[in-house]
Amino acid sequence: MSTETMPDTHSSIDADDYFVLGDPIADTAAPAGPIKDRWSKRRFDAHLVNPANRRKIKIIIVGTGLAGGAAAATLGEAGYQVESFCYQDSPRRAHSIAAQGGINAAKNYKNDGDSIDRLFYDTVKGGDYRARESNVYRLAEVSANIIDQCVAQGVPFAREYGGLLDTRSFGGVQVQRTFYARGQTGQQLLIGAYQALQRQVNAGTVRMHTRHDMLELIVVDGRARGIVTRDLITGEVEAWTADVVILATGGYGNVFFLSTNAMGSNVTAGWRAHRKGAYFGNPCYTQIHPTCIPVSGDYQSKLTLMSESLRNDGRIWVPKSGEDKRDPRDIPEEDRDYYLERRYPAFGNLVPRDIASRAAKYVCDEGRGVGPGGLGVYLDFADAINRLGRKAVEAKYGNLFDMYAQITGENPYETPMRIYPAVHYTMGGLWVDYDLQSSIPGLFVGGEANFSDHGANRLGASALMQGLADGYFVLPATVPDYLAEHKLAPVPLDHPDVLEAVQSVKDRIDLLLSIQGHRTVDSFHKELGHIMWEYCGMERTESGLKKAIAEIRRLKAEFWSDVLVTGKGLELNQALERANRVADFIELGELMCIDALERRESAGGHFRGESQTEDGEALRHDDEYAYVAAWEWGGDGGRPILHKEDLVYEYVEMKQRSYK
Amino acid sequence: MATSSLTVHQRAARSLVVSKYVMAISGILMIGFLIAHMLGNLHIFGGREEFNHYAEGLREFGMPILPYGGLLWIMRPVLVIAVVAHIWSAVRLTRRDRAARGSGKRYQSTQHRRGVQRTYASFTMRWGGVTIALFVIYHLLQFTLLPKLALNPATDGVFPGSSNPDPYERTVTGFMVWWVVLIYTVAILALGMHLRHGVYSAIATLGLIKRPIGRTRALAGAAAFALLLCLGFLIPPFAVLFGVVSL
Amino acid sequence: MKITLRVWRQKNAEDPGHMQTIEVPDVSSHMSFLEMLDVVNERLALDGEDPIAFDSDCREGICGMCGVVINGIPHGRADSPVQTTTCQLHMRSFVDGAVIDVEPFRSEAFPIIKDLAVDRSALDRVIESGGYISVNTGSAPEANSTPVPKAHADHAFESATCIGCGACVAACPNGSAMLFTSAKITHLGLLPQGQPERDSRVLNMVAQHDAEGFGGCTNIGECTAVCPKGIPFDNISRLNHDLLGALVRGED
Ligand SMILES: Cc1cc2nc3c(=O)[nH]c(=O)nc-3n(C[C@H](O)[C@H](O)[C@H](O)COP(=O)(O)OP(=O)(O)OC[C@H]3O[C@@H](n4cnc5c(N)ncnc54)[C@H](O)[C@@H]3O)c2cc1C
Ligand code: HEM
Ligand code: HEM
Ligand code: SF4
Ligand code: F3S
Ligand code: FES
Repeated sequence: MSTETMPDTHSSIDADDYFVLGDPIADTAAPAGPIKDRWSKRRFDAHLVNPANRRKIKIIIVGTGLAGGAAAATLGEAGYQVESFCYQDSPRRAHSIAAQGGINAAKNYKNDGDSIDRLFYDTVKGGDYRARESNVYRLAEVSANIIDQCVAQGVPFAREYGGLLDTRSFGGVQVQRTFYARGQTGQQLLIGAYQALQRQVNAGTVRMHTRHDMLELIVVDGRARGIVTRDLITGEVEAWTADVVILATGGYGNVFFLSTNAMGSNVTAGWRAHRKGAYFGNPCYTQIHPTCIPVSGDYQSKLTLMSESLRNDGRIWVPKSGEDKRDPRDIPEEDRDYYLERRYPAFGNLVPRDIASRAAKYVCDEGRGVGPGGLGVYLDFADAINRLGRKAVEAKYGNLFDMYAQITGENPYETPMRIYPAVHYTMGGLWVDYDLQSSIPGLFVGGEANFSDHGANRLGASALMQGLADGYFVLPATVPDYLAEHKLAPVPLDHPDVLEAVQSVKDRIDLLLSIQGHRTVDSFHKELGHIMWEYCGMERTESGLKKAIAEIRRLKAEFWSDVLVTGKGLELNQALERANRVADFIELGELMCIDALERRESAGGHFRGESQTEDGEALRHDDEYAYVAAWEWGGDGGRPILHKEDLVYEYVEMKQRSYK
Repeated sequence: MATSSLTVHQRAARSLVVSKYVMAISGILMIGFLIAHMLGNLHIFGGREEFNHYAEGLREFGMPILPYGGLLWIMRPVLVIAVVAHIWSAVRLTRRDRAARGSGKRYQSTQHRRGVQRTYASFTMRWGGVTIALFVIYHLLQFTLLPKLALNPATDGVFPGSSNPDPYERTVTGFMVWWVVLIYTVAILALGMHLRHGVYSAIATLGLIKRPIGRTRALAGAAAFALLLCLGFLIPPFAVLFGVVSL
Repeated sequence: MKITLRVWRQKNAEDPGHMQTIEVPDVSSHMSFLEMLDVVNERLALDGEDPIAFDSDCREGICGMCGVVINGIPHGRADSPVQTTTCQLHMRSFVDGAVIDVEPFRSEAFPIIKDLAVDRSALDRVIESGGYISVNTGSAPEANSTPVPKAHADHAFESATCIGCGACVAACPNGSAMLFTSAKITHLGLLPQGQPERDSRVLNMVAQHDAEGFGGCTNIGECTAVCPKGIPFDNISRLNHDLLGALVRGED
């Protein structure tokens, strides 16, 4: 922990300075009754749309990742007219493609005691009791169908010699419920969804719009009715209207500049909806992954994740003394500090992600980090190689070692790997009810873009599950219900609200291009990232967050007066694309800090320096903070409004996590 | 090009892959002929009688069921069709491939012009084919057509030996001239190259490679085959040139 | 280290384009190739020049968005010790003082959008024509009801790892997308779930491949040599095999 932030620990938040308290959220639309029956009850109660009417109904889906791709394919199959958008040149490139480890499902193929209830329980506990029970139960319930669906599509999951599906244990749970396809599970699942999507494109039910960036939401009479996009090739700004809009635009980890997300991952779609009235849920919950390849220089554009499975056999250490600059192989055992094994004798190197990440940060803050800039710790396989032999290690981790060697140019069989934590996943996102509908009627949100199922911390292999659950099963059940209930008149493209939305996008682009300042877009993004990582990263404190908010406000003003965006609007202009995104990240960053400031407890991925146990572990305050923070946009220059959604636990007992 | 009025089946039947099947099958037919031809040519070591008998044998094969020259007369149309089909497909493919790689100079960079792993043979399929075609014309004039049409000694200047009525003498006379041997050598090497890539390629085109090792094997097999065929064809001319075989 | 870049600059599809020479004096050998271009772009922008347009997204070799021709070879395979995407190629592969030529993937089916960015949507249309298994959501049988021999599953997986980058097309002297197309034919053709549509799939995909203007495959194998995922050559032969079968079996 940095000493600089210590003195402020006891001062209270001056709430009024940063936000306004709004009404609590009364209804999440979840059916009552026994948790086991809620989802089937909801589906039974749902209104249906006559098949003959479906092709007259238009659905806009932004995002072609697991959530968006699966939803578009499924709603297309059902016969709706789907307009699908993504910013990449092909729907197959959504960042779901990068997921390595696997996807959970309660199939109990290993007969090791897994069940829907256990997956439900593990997910609620893993989320540090900050997720909604009804949603999580539904997720566990549909998980098995996901695997059936994917296998039928031809997803080549790993198999055993008998030809049946193989599973492994992942992310510290005690059952083997993770299905995988070598280290490319996300890729294979996404390609499955992509193929289903292309089938619908071929059938004419889905129209695909690639290289289209959503820059605004169109709201008419209080309902989401369309979007405004910029064609990234021609630069043309266009409006699209529909009966309902679904956002599945992924996570916002790139607010930190460096993360394991793709270069184009952004919050713009979600943020624009937020500014139009959609609540943003738990923005401060960020997951930091402990095993990433460290930063090597300030030119670095992204961080690369290496599978957590490395911690099964690798031992993590730093030199006992920060002065020790010897080659790691020359440092004798007695001068090494295997700090995870020392501090957590029971779990050792296998403690959960947040704990491992924070521990690495502490030793680096103490000046004992290794590698360029002292931001790294060793992950050492020497013992494993001695014990198992190089062949066995190669068989288990060969591809990861190769990846490491390719990126760093070092040979991990000979010298210990260096790793450092990196931002990986954002549990926060647009607030949605049980139906995945946001606070704007007619705007649904799926996948990582919503806040829904993981609480304060996501378990490994659960994001893929959630994305596909939302896309294949939840949205295709809840969206038609909305459509059946609300028969809406078409919105013409010259409707004043549409024209206004288009104009606002054009004005913003013109403004960005007209500033012609001295600093590039990336330099702002990097600076924002530094602020966020420093004060709203692995450990947050009141004084740090306040400082961050001030810094971000300054940065925002500077951005809008000194940014340099080259080129023109009506052409392929990547600087302009980034400028649009960074502008929204800056605003989001401020809200994240405010949310983190308001949540004066530690929970899951959110660690408040002031709220820890005596031995430095995260300390929740269930009496005060067992709620979802749903933030309403307070207007430019205004203060965001906090709506609390109380979390009620009927089936799981809230406990403090312990890994000692 | 495919048009939408065709069924999928018809469009696929007009695809470039189908042209490749044609290349491969016609190529294999020609290869069959060449194997027999190469083995036949080696009869030259058996002397005049045997060589002429072989040439005659070609014609008498299958008698009396087939008329005199029967085998040749079945083989010829097949070969002619194969050659026409081969060339026709080659032209179609070449046109489409050129169009597909993009107009103008493809890459400005002068580095790695030869790609990462290309064989010289794969580069020279087209010009190699043309070389072979020109050679065959020359060869037929020298050994088949001119001797039959006009036994005019004047043609002997350009087509040495072509006026000689005796196949054995015709052949030996021809190969006693160094530049004739040179023409044959160049053509046979071109043929070898063509087959080094062609045989492997035909195996792949006909869908016979199922595993990564299959490619390695097909490449090796094709190279060995091409080498043997080249040697088999090269031996007679050089045997004559160096006087091992003489009139 | 110091390098000299020769980069293809082309304002838009109509512009004839030219090579621009840019000296880059201070390259760190730890940079990835695209990070080096990022640095160049920052400078170009500050000098009031148009930055070099190029595509990339995941930057970890899996999304298939990146891809340029480096020194005449897609993804710079000739300069890399291992198979790689452009985003995973590092500057340490080059020597100090190197002159590096950077050009877009070229083929008639991949029109250039700007500088190094090309339009590869033809590949999507090839998949669209039949690269899937027709199963509606919700109608899938229990996953373990159809065992798949491990060897088939593994081979299918290898082919399924194609990232759709299009390097195979850019490397093929005939501008053929056979490796890409055959990877999908192999992936789905090896699985029991893919059998019912096996014939129609290959007919459709091959027809679409040709309609997009890709060339024919002469079995040269440059494609597999540059393919960042090592999609094996035998996939092409498998496609040829399946197409022949489908044509012989007749109308679907
Ligand atoms: C390196 C890495 C490894 C991971 N490993 C695992 C794992 O092993 N198991 C697991 O369960 N989870 C894993 N995750 C998390 C998981 O992959 C993601 O949370 C999940 O795939 C997100 O899917 P999605 O559909 O919500 O969004 P994405 O797949 O990110 O898709 C977002 C889509 O939205 C589009 N889009 C975004 N913004 C706009 C805009 N403004 N306009 C138009 N289109 C837009 C994009 O084009 C894209 O199509 C991993 C994540 C990362 C980064
Ligand atoms: C007559 C002149 C010839 C020409 C113009 C010619 C041309 C070509 C060309 C251009 C190809 C490559 C086609 C492609 O893959 O796109 C080819 C392939 C081939 N040629 Fe020839 N060739 C000729 C003669 C021959 C002969 C005499 C033989 C055999 C003895 C032969 C056997 C083959 C074979 C086996 C292939 C490989 C087919 C495949 O790729 O599947 N060719 N030829
Ligand atoms: C050393 C090499 C060769 C020798 C000695 C040779 C000799 C001959 C002779 C004597 C004939 C005439 C047969 C007859 O009509 O009675 C002949 C015919 C022919 N040769 Fe060759 N040849 C050689 C190489 C080749 C090669 C390399 C090719 C093809 C690429 C070839 C193709 C043919 C063809 C197509 C015919 C005509 C067959 C027919 O009558 O239909 N020959 N050759
Ligand atoms: S086959 Fe290889 S080179 Fe071709 S698109 Fe797929 S991954 Fe890229
Ligand atoms: S390089 Fe081209 S010719 Fe065929 S084997 Fe590859 S597609
Ligand atoms: S940027 Fe995704 S593969 Fe290179």
